[in-house]
Amino acid sequence: MSQVKGGPRNDAGRPRSARRNRAGRPSAALALPGVLFFAFFALAPMVLAFYLSFTRWNGLGDPQPAGLANWRKLLSDDRLTQSLTVTVGLTVVSWAFQTVISLLLGVWAAGRQRNRAVLSAIFFVPFLLSSTAISLLFYALLDPNFGIIHKDTLGTTSGAFLAIVFVGGWQFIPFHTLIYQGGARQIPEVLYQAAAIDGAGRLRQFFSITLPQLRNTATTSGVLMVVGSLTYFETVLILTQGGPGTDTAILPYLMYEAGFKSYDFGYASAVASFLVLAATALSLLMVKLSGFGAMRSTREGM
Amino acid sequence: MSHDTLPRPVKTDSATTAERPARRRGHWARRANPLAGAGSLIWLAVVIIPIYAMFSASLTHQDEALGHNALKPPSHPTLDNYNTVLHNGFGHLLWNTVLAAAGVVLIVLVLCVPLSYVAVRTRSVWSGAAFRLFLLGVAIPAQAVVVPLYLMIAKLNLYDSLLAIVLPTAAFAMPVSVLILTGTLRDISEEMYEAMALDGASTTRMLFQLVIPMSKGGISTVVIYAALQAWNGFLFPLIFTQSDGPRVLTLGLFNYVSEFGVNIPAILASVVLSGAPIFIVYLVARRALVGGLMGVGGK
Repeated sequence: MSQVKGGPRNDAGRPRSARRNRAGRPSAALALPGVLFFAFFALAPMVLAFYLSFTRWNGLGDPQPAGLANWRKLLSDDRLTQSLTVTVGLTVVSWAFQTVISLLLGVWAAGRQRNRAVLSAIFFVPFLLSSTAISLLFYALLDPNFGIIHKDTLGTTSGAFLAIVFVGGWQFIPFHTLIYQGGARQIPEVLYQAAAIDGAGRLRQFFSITLPQLRNTATTSGVLMVVGSLTYFETVLILTQGGPGTDTAILPYLMYEAGFKSYDFGYASAVASFLVLAATALSLLMVKLSGFGAMRSTREGM
Repeated sequence: MSHDTLPRPVKTDSATTAERPARRRGHWARRANPLAGAGSLIWLAVVIIPIYAMFSASLTHQDEALGHNALKPPSHPTLDNYNTVLHNGFGHLLWNTVLAAAGVVLIVLVLCVPLSYVAVRTRSVWSGAAFRLFLLGVAIPAQAVVVPLYLMIAKLNLYDSLLAIVLPTAAFAMPVSVLILTGTLRDISEEMYEAMALDGASTTRMLFQLVIPMSKGGISTVVIYAALQAWNGFLFPLIFTQSDGPRVLTLGLFNYVSEFGVNIPAILASVVLSGAPIFIVYLVARRALVGGLMGVGGK
């Protein structure tokens, strides 16, 4: 894959040097503790979740086999359809909102001026608070009797939806701005000089140089955003409890309610398995798109 | 290193031409851009207003809070709310969080540095497969496995302990850590390994005398990333602990809501206090923190 993508500019000398010597090739045993630990606490639970989705379990005693009951219930559950719609909607809107702002801010912040450095330092501050703290902050600021707006924002479907999108963006845009800033600083300056000599204006340079050069950065950042928005659990739990009604009950929240509120852990596991499938598909897509799997230096070919 | 082969002369040349005043169109970054400036000021307002409102409200008397607009400064500023929070076990929560973060960082470093070294330096089928496994792991949301983990934690007799938070948090911090570390490790050139091999160094010695010193940047990013994961973690503490003993900050904040009820100023004071330690770290180590994270999305 790397050959198709990178062409002759990367990896060119690699096969030769690899054959030439084996200096610094550690034994795979060094990796074993890490792999085992990860397998036990992250991969085994995934498999176990799938198994538990075929059982009945209320959290006490041992899970009892239940056949396909949970899956049958899940696939005929209206809440699943609604939850999927909300999850996808939230992901797409969050992605668009965060990408536009962090791309613009990141490219702007990549300039070396002092005022930009100072503002960037302030822009980063929201990222220092935990999701819980940020959700509580906006819970207070959106309180109709106390906060800024004095309207029941969280009581309406669109208000609650937009509040979650905004709060997620407020928290994570600083991080993605930083990613874009790093990406923009790696764009060789010669490209802009050449374009300026050709008479390309600032807008033209942005669309013809900056955007295409940030393609890989956008993929990384975008995937992190999409995966991240699957975990807006705290925000939903604190801001809306899935409400009004079940209008903001994203998949993780549906899982939490089924498991830790209704003690129907078999059903919760079926929802969780659904999440695993979605996440795995996403990460496979990421590996394909970003070329992470190609194992090449991030600096080669620069 | 390969990026040193960049046409450097052109770069120095550009610096001198840019200094020359008003020579044709200036470089894009060197001319004022009013539109971008305005945009950044708007975002500044979006960032600052909630933070300002948080501070101002946390200094408001509780009886003034009802019907109050959070943007209005308090008429009689008070520290009572901070007092209330500090007398509600805040120190204990903070200590637990620091312990948990230290544990997560330790586990992640000890496991991920050798693992990334193997992933980058060996080309066996197995190490490739292991690396791909971690790539897949990047996308697994913790929510998806919290039910089976709950069962496992209970069977391991770890329920309601700090370890119940630390172990899974560390496991879920591993994929991105491996990604960051392999990124830095790939930049260590073949020649350096060869030079050390000529000196008769073992791979363990290379790990400690070449790999670790050369990947300091990546390691500090991973330290920050893992610590933030532990600092922000909410779901694992919520589900794997129950009593006051192992309670961490995020869960403590969440519980303050039911404890303080409508006392919004006290809730906001607790939010301010929970952010303060990280904010101090940010002031002291801003360069390392920001510089490290900036590399995540590099090319």
